[in-house]
This record gives sequence, structure tokens and C-alpha cells, in this order.
Amino acid sequence: MIIELGHYALVLALATAFVQAALPILGSRLNDRALMELASSAAVACFLLVAFSFAVLTFAYVTSDFSVRNVWENSHSLKPLIYKISGVWGNHEGSMLLWLLILVFFSALVATFGRNLPETLKANVLAVQAWIAVAFTLFILLTSNPFARLIPAPGEGKDLNPILQDVGLAIHPPLLYLGYVGFSVCFSFAIAALIEGRIDAAWARWVRPWTLAAWTFLTAGISMGSYWAYYELGWGGWWFWDPVENASFMPWLAGTALLHSALVMEKREALKIWTVLLAIMTFSLSLLGTFLVRSGVLTSVHAFATDPTRGIFILAILVFFIGGAFSLFAFRASRLKAGGIFAPISREGALVFNNLILTTATATVLTGTLYPLVLEALTGDKISVGPPFFNMTFGLLMLPLLFAVPFGPLLAWKRGDLMGVAQRLFAAVAVGLVVGCIYYYVMNGGPILALFGIALGVYLIVGSLTDLALRSGLGKVTGNVAWRRFSGLPRSAFGTALAHIGLGVTLIGIVAVTAFETETVVEMKPGMTVDAGGYTLRFDGMRNGSGPNYSEESGHFTIMSGGVVVADIWSSKRLYQARRMPTTEAGIRTFGLSQLYVSLGDQISEGGIVVRIWWKPMILCIWGGTLFMMAGGFVSLSDRRLRVGAPTRAKRPKTVPVGAAE
Amino acid sequence: MTRKQKRLAIIGGGVGFLTLAVLLVMFAFSQAIAYFYVPSDLAKADVPPGTRIRLGGLVEAGSVKRGDGKTVTFTVTDTLGQVPVTYTGILPDLFREGQGVVTEGTFVAGSSVFVADSVLAKHDETYMPKDVADRLKAQGVELSGKETVR
Repeated sequence: MIIELGHYALVLALATAFVQAALPILGSRLNDRALMELASSAAVACFLLVAFSFAVLTFAYVTSDFSVRNVWENSHSLKPLIYKISGVWGNHEGSMLLWLLILVFFSALVATFGRNLPETLKANVLAVQAWIAVAFTLFILLTSNPFARLIPAPGEGKDLNPILQDVGLAIHPPLLYLGYVGFSVCFSFAIAALIEGRIDAAWARWVRPWTLAAWTFLTAGISMGSYWAYYELGWGGWWFWDPVENASFMPWLAGTALLHSALVMEKREALKIWTVLLAIMTFSLSLLGTFLVRSGVLTSVHAFATDPTRGIFILAILVFFIGGAFSLFAFRASRLKAGGIFAPISREGALVFNNLILTTATATVLTGTLYPLVLEALTGDKISVGPPFFNMTFGLLMLPLLFAVPFGPLLAWKRGDLMGVAQRLFAAVAVGLVVGCIYYYVMNGGPILALFGIALGVYLIVGSLTDLALRSGLGKVTGNVAWRRFSGLPRSAFGTALAHIGLGVTLIGIVAVTAFETETVVEMKPGMTVDAGGYTLRFDGMRNGSGPNYSEESGHFTIMSGGVVVADIWSSKRLYQARRMPTTEAGIRTFGLSQLYVSLGDQISEGGIVVRIWWKPMILCIWGGTLFMMAGGFVSLSDRRLRVGAPTRAKRPKTVPVGAAE
Repeated sequence: MTRKQKRLAIIGGGVGFLTLAVLLVMFAFSQAIAYFYVPSDLAKADVPPGTRIRLGGLVEAGSVKRGDGKTVTFTVTDTLGQVPVTYTGILPDLFREGQGVVTEGTFVAGSSVFVADSVLAKHDETYMPKDVADRLKAQGVELSGKETVR
């Protein structure tokens, strides 16, 4: 009964979304306030209905109601509670429902916190959000119904793919979707602006917090996914340039560009048309990602089911929204007035440079991701485009941007002084090179490029701090004054610096791991030792164990440094009973920022086993950097200039920052 | 600089960078992609030694031999042709005789043995690498799905 209620709520949500999609736009045309105000209540109602529907599905999972086909296919009564809950979105139907839930959640947020938006803009934004909601609700109801029953109900479920039985599944998809789907708000704002044919700096100020929030969550989601793949798959890699990873990385790149171009628009009223285009492109890439991942054109852990009707349905959604948005753009963009002009060497110029490189890099990733699909469709040739392609294109193209990052915040608006800025960054370059050389010396050589890579990372960090130091007048005024100025800097300045520092930290991690990682594949018998990264590992033997729904064989390793035992590692191979599927549980031990990573291979005679041991120097920097970026995003969000309710400097003592809503 | 010159400088820089990117992508496509073959293709196609390719098919039953522990040799077959493969490292969890596999690597000059540096891991026991499945189906090979795993 309760299951049917969940299904019914989803149908009601569809009806509500239809209302929200049509009437407010009509209202904005007829200048009818009542019709426009309907949008907000409809958005909140739609969210409550979908949330109820989602809660019902969660309830079915928690109570292991195997009369629901979806639960039977993806759950098991012995599964720990957290995996029962996260299993709700560990399958095609449930993950689409989560997608929809987050979409309507954002609509409800716009409805609730967008009180200061102009009436017509708000009505149009919510209507566009509702179009997307209609499309995806129809998709779920018609092709991917999570509430389908199975009669008679089986006694036991088929269990969730063991790789997904991890706390990563509880965190990664919701964060990723908050990012992916969060860009729908920017898209809706862009479409609403095109419908109205009017756009100004205030528009950029309204869009920017949503972009920031979505970007921050997407950063978190990608980073989390990368770390999850790293520890769960047992291959020791953190990024594979897998099409599914690219699917989430492309919106991130475009979103980063959007974040920067919206800045120009807000401050200088320039790049308006471009910003609108970027907002459309970013969400289009999110939709493309959803298509690539969910339609089954790619085979991966993310492609749960390959039902051709679903693929075609999502493709239709994709064509409708992307095609529609670009056509609208083509017709209406000329009505938007172009903005101010600026010298090539200026803050605006630097941000244009940023956008040029980020969009070009996005385009290369897109080409590399889609080319195999297109080629196969056209010629039947099957190819794989792997890391070498992306390193060669994406890596090289991004390089100039990395050099330029610290320049941006130091250049003045309108007309900047490149030489002056270069002089101010001299210290950063020097510190970078010195640290690079020291690291190179400590590591006893290695590829010379690594020296420059580390130097570039350190330069990014010091360069970002230079901006804060200069703005607080460090060295020119007394410490007290400098401190007062420093603490008086706008939060967005700290946000920028933190995010750029994060980029440097991540770069250092990438360079160090790529250049100095060691990998040893060795056959070990109990008592044998192997050296890795300055530590000695002793294999002590195997032990059998079992968990709630699996059995495992674990190898125990003792880690010694200079003959002294410092730590130990358990590394296991599990066999999940319900699916008879083996998985590798790598053993990982952290030393500072570096990690020892041990994964087990096949057993050989006399208690021996093949072992793969990696030393991953500074690897935690890769994800540590993204933490800085996220912190930057949140700090920026808390800037009062960006608060949704503060379009002007008018005194409004208690406006709610949008960041508080998350 | 006049307004026009400024605009020209920005557009010129953009076009220049885009051209560079296009050239780079074209170069990378000529260098860094791997074509997919099944064993019977290799008789027809002449793959020069050292060219990276992907080789897919079924792991022939009874062909997996472990050398000194970490080096493994096995035969990849599509029932019409066979290719011996060597691989040093740890095989993915779901590597089994009679199951689909995709390997990536090169042929060494003067040898017919394919030296793989990666053996594609599958995420899920129900998943047969799509490239392999398509080709084998085209050749009329009956695919055993998850049932044989149980």
C-alpha cells in the first residue's frame, strides 16, 4: 500500500510540475501576479511530493520489501543498514529518483530564498526548472519505475554489486548530483534571461551563488569518487580518464569557467552573452553526462541496466533541452546588449584567458570521450582513447592557465600592468623553484619535469597568498594595520585564494605521484620482506574471516622502518555470497601525506601469494587540494555580496545566506 | 589601442589558441589511441610491432599458466583465431577461463606473443566487455552470461 502511495506521489509531482511549467510563464506574459506566485508554491509542493516518494522507496529498502522488483534486484536482507539506505540510489531507477529529488530540491530553494528576485525572472526560472522536472519525472514513470511490484515476492534479494557496498556510495552520488543538477539553476536563469530578453549585472549576482554552490558540491563529488575508486578497486589509480569520469569532469570545467565569467559580468557588465552561453553549456554537459552514464552506451560500474528505450528517452530529453536552449540562444542573444570593453591585459582579460583555456580543454575532453562512440557508429571501428590522449592534449593545454592563475587576482580591472604583477610574483616563482629543487634533491633525482611541476604547484600557492598579503599591505604598514586590513578583506578574496591554493596542492600531489610512485609486483611467502618507499614490508601470512554477507581471505603485513615495527596492514580478497562475486579490499596505510598501498593477487603454493605494493608519495595532496577548493567555495558563498537576498547595499540585517540552506 | 584593435587582439589570441588545440588533438589521435581487435582480425590486419592495440576475446579454457608467480600466460580466442598473451601483474578479480577479457599492449618484434600491460577489469559479474560481446556475437559465438559464473 505504502509503495503505491510513493508511486502515486510521483504522479502527483508530475502534475504539479506541469502546472509549474506552464502557468507562471503565462503569468509573466500577462503580468498576472497570482499566476507568477503560483510558481513558488508549486515548486515547494513538487519537492515535498518527490521527497515523500523517495522516502517510500528508502522505506522499502530498509524493510527489505522484496515485493518491489527494484529492492529485490539490488538489496539483500543481510546487508548492513547503511548499505540498505545508500543502495536506494545504487541502481538505475533509484539514482534517477535521487536526480529528480535534487532537481526539485533546488527549485524549492530558489522558491524559498529567491524572495528578492524580480517577479517575472523568478517565475520564468521556476518554470524552466519545472520543464526539466517534467522530462525526468516522465522518464522515471515511463521507463524506470522504481515502484514496480513483483508478485509473488521472492524470499531473498539478489544483493547490491559488492563494489558499491561501501560508505563511498552513501556520499559520492548525492554530492555529485548536488553539483551536476545544481547547474540546472544556472541553466534556468540563462533561459529565463533569454525569454525576457533582458540581462544585467544583477543577474550575474543572482546566479553566482548557485554556480558557486553547484561547483563546490561537484568538486566534492568528483574528489570523493576519485578517492573511492582509488581505495575500492584495488588498482591503485586515482583517475583513469574513463568516459564516466569525464562525464562529471566536463561540467566541472565548464562550471569553473562560468564561475569566472560571471565575475566579469557582475563587476563590469561585460561578457554577458558569453556567460549565458556558458550557463547553458555547463548544464548541457551535465545532461550529456547523465545520458552517457545512464543510457548504457558506455559499460561501467555506473551503467546499471542497458535497456535501449531508456537510452533513447534520455537522448530525446538531451536533444530537446540542448537543442532548444541553443536555438533560443541563437534567436534571442542579439537582443542582449553587449557590455563594456577592456584592454587585453586586465583582470577581465585574464578571466577571458581563463575561459578560453577552460572551454578549449573541455572541448578536448569532450572530443576524446565522444570520438570512440562516433567512430564506431560511422565506421564500425572500435578504438579506445585512454590516458595518453588526455595527458597530451588536456595536460598541455592547461599548462598556460596554471602559470596565469596567480596573475588574475593581481591584475587591475579595465587596464592592468603585466610587468608590475610579474615583479610582485617574483617571490612566488623563486620560492617555487627553491622548493622544487629541494624536493628533487630529497627524492634523489627523477624526471626533471617533476622539479618544475612541484615548483609550479608551490608558485600557485605562494602566488595566491601574495594577493592576500599585498591587499592587506603587508610590509608597507605596521603589523596591526595589516592585520586589520587582512581581516577586513571580503570573504570572496579568501575564497579565491583558497581555491587557487587548492589547485596548487592538487597539482603537487599529481606531480609527486606521477613522477615518484613505485610499484612492485612480487610473489611473497610468509616471512619474506619487500622494500617500498623507505619502508620494509614483511608478509606474515593469510587468515580467513567473514562478514555479514561475504567471506574473505586477508593477508597480514608488518611495516618496518630501520628494523623497528611502525605499523601493519591487512589486505583482503572478499567473496560476496549472493552474487558469488570476488572483490579486492586493498590495504592502505598513511604516512604523513604519502601512502603504502597493498593489494593481493592469486594464491600460489605453500601459503605464498602474489602481492602488488605501491608507494604513493604525497598522494593525499590530490584530494587535500580539493578540500581547499571546497573551503574556498563555501567561504565565497558566505560573502555578503553574494547573498541572494542582497542585490544592493540596502541595509537588510538578517538576510539568509544561501550557504546556510545546504 | 583602439576599441577595434583590442577586440582584434582578443579574437586573434582566441583563434590562435583554438588552432593550437585542434592541432594537438589531431596529433594525439594519430599517436595515442588504441584500436580494438579480436584474434581473427589479426591475421588480416597487419599490426606493426610496437603499436598499442586492444586485444579482446575469451580466455581459452585450460590456457592460463602462471609462470614464476607474477607472470601469467593465457590464450585469447574468438574461436576462429588464437593469440598467446603474457601479462605481468595481478589479474583482475573477475578474470576467469572461458570468460571475456580485454587486454591492452603491443606485439614485440619477431614474436607472435602479445605482451599486455593491462588486463581490463570488469566491475560486475554480469558485464561482458561490450566490444568483445559485439564482435563475438557477430561471429556467432554463443555467449554465456552470468549463469556460468554461478
